[in-house]
Amino acid sequence: MNSARDIFKSFLLLFALLIGGHHAYAQSTADDIAKYREMIAEGNPSELYEMAGEELWKTPHGPKNASLEKCDLGMGPGVVDGASAQLPRYFKDTNRVQDLESRLMTCMEKLQGIPPQSIIDAKFGVGPKKDMDAIVAYVVTHSKGKKVNVSIANPKEKAMYEMGKRAFYYEAGPFDFSCASCHGSAGKRIRLQDLPDLTTHEGAVIGWGSWPAYRVSSGQFWTMQQRLNDCFRQQRFPFPIYGSDVTIALSMYMAKNANGGVIQTPGLKR
Amino acid sequence: MKISMINSLKIRLLISLSFVLTFSSINALAQKNPDTQFNKMMTESFRTEGIANVDRIIQDRTQQFCSDPKFVASKAGAIKAVEIQNLNMAMISPPSDANYMGDWKSGEAIAQSGRGATWTDTANTTNGGGCYNCHEIDKKEISHGNIGPSLWNYGKIRGNSQEVLTYTWNRINNSKAYNACSNMPRFGHFKILNEKQIQDLMALLLDPQSPVNQ
Repeated sequence: MNSARDIFKSFLLLFALLIGGHHAYAQSTADDIAKYREMIAEGNPSELYEMAGEELWKTPHGPKNASLEKCDLGMGPGVVDGASAQLPRYFKDTNRVQDLESRLMTCMEKLQGIPPQSIIDAKFGVGPKKDMDAIVAYVVTHSKGKKVNVSIANPKEKAMYEMGKRAFYYEAGPFDFSCASCHGSAGKRIRLQDLPDLTTHEGAVIGWGSWPAYRVSSGQFWTMQQRLNDCFRQQRFPFPIYGSDVTIALSMYMAKNANGGVIQTPGLKR
Repeated sequence: MKISMINSLKIRLLISLSFVLTFSSINALAQKNPDTQFNKMMTESFRTEGIANVDRIIQDRTQQFCSDPKFVASKAGAIKAVEIQNLNMAMISPPSDANYMGDWKSGEAIAQSGRGATWTDTANTTNGGGCYNCHEIDKKEISHGNIGPSLWNYGKIRGNSQEVLTYTWNRINNSKAYNACSNMPRFGHFKILNEKQIQDLMALLLDPQSPVNQ
């Protein structure tokens, strides 16, 4: 798939498939999406984001007019290949465990002079968050086909994993939901949507290993931060702050459970 | 005199020293205590958005109990579960007009809607029960979840004796009265659905005319 036009064409095709192929049996939507996935195996619409992200990575931006080419995602300055496979991880310079988005905010602050709060406060899909989506798409594409490889050797990483596990089972709000209410046992669905059991290796590989992803239903690329945000919305929780520790802890829990599994990012979702 | 003065000084020194020691060890403990660290993370990671107030993070006794699956599965947990169930049972009120059944057609609409209580809803949003998210109900609706049991033929199988009416009313109002850590929201307890809506859902499940019982 070479151009944006081709991607747009395949998108129209999917639309026709979804509308036209509405069979009266339960698995039809899942089947159609599987067919579509096969057809565009060489060209997920998130390629548009990836291309924009590469441009953003390499072009000087911000008050310091610098690019992100010296950004250290944990494998040394500028190394993008395989970088998201080993995140979240502990970073000495910030003395924090960071996921991809929170680490990118650190790079944008240090290298480009962009205040993290301006990104945290932005709405999803617009302005600085739209740039973030693109950069994330660029970075995660460079871990496609690699294996999840996070460590909990550092005490802060271990503590983050343990807190993530606890947060996963934390019930609250007017619906009494926790992550485990939907993602704590095998073979469950909400309506027709399959729910991976994120407490197991297999389920975590499906969940953690295929986000960030392009969402067909909304026509948007979603980072893991946005995926988690919408989970909490449907859980009837208050709003999780972008890049906050609970989001990183849950990511650490899922990533650790998925360790060794093959990454398919950027994924393609309903 | 001198010796006693020295002694009292020693005692004072000892007391203050032990104070310093206790406090610093409490401090060190607080930093390493996983509970403190976890609570700090939870309070600092969320904010209010629309109707989803940050207070929602605070747990009641039922939620606190059910967030510890290891304890729930233990012997002590089984005893505690009964206490939690009784607590929830005590909070259920029977229908104020003594009417258990409303209109199954409205019930179907309530069962279909999954709206309400998120930060993209408002205080004026008409909440749904979101029942099809987890249950098969009318077989004609093929888009149903499977987290809860199938409710197809619910009334046809059980009839509508007072016992069945009360049980079903209670279960929709507060499922935790029967199963402390049921996955089902407490629709009456948290006022997600009002009495009329619950009566309509009762009819969807129990009215012999309802498509569920064909």
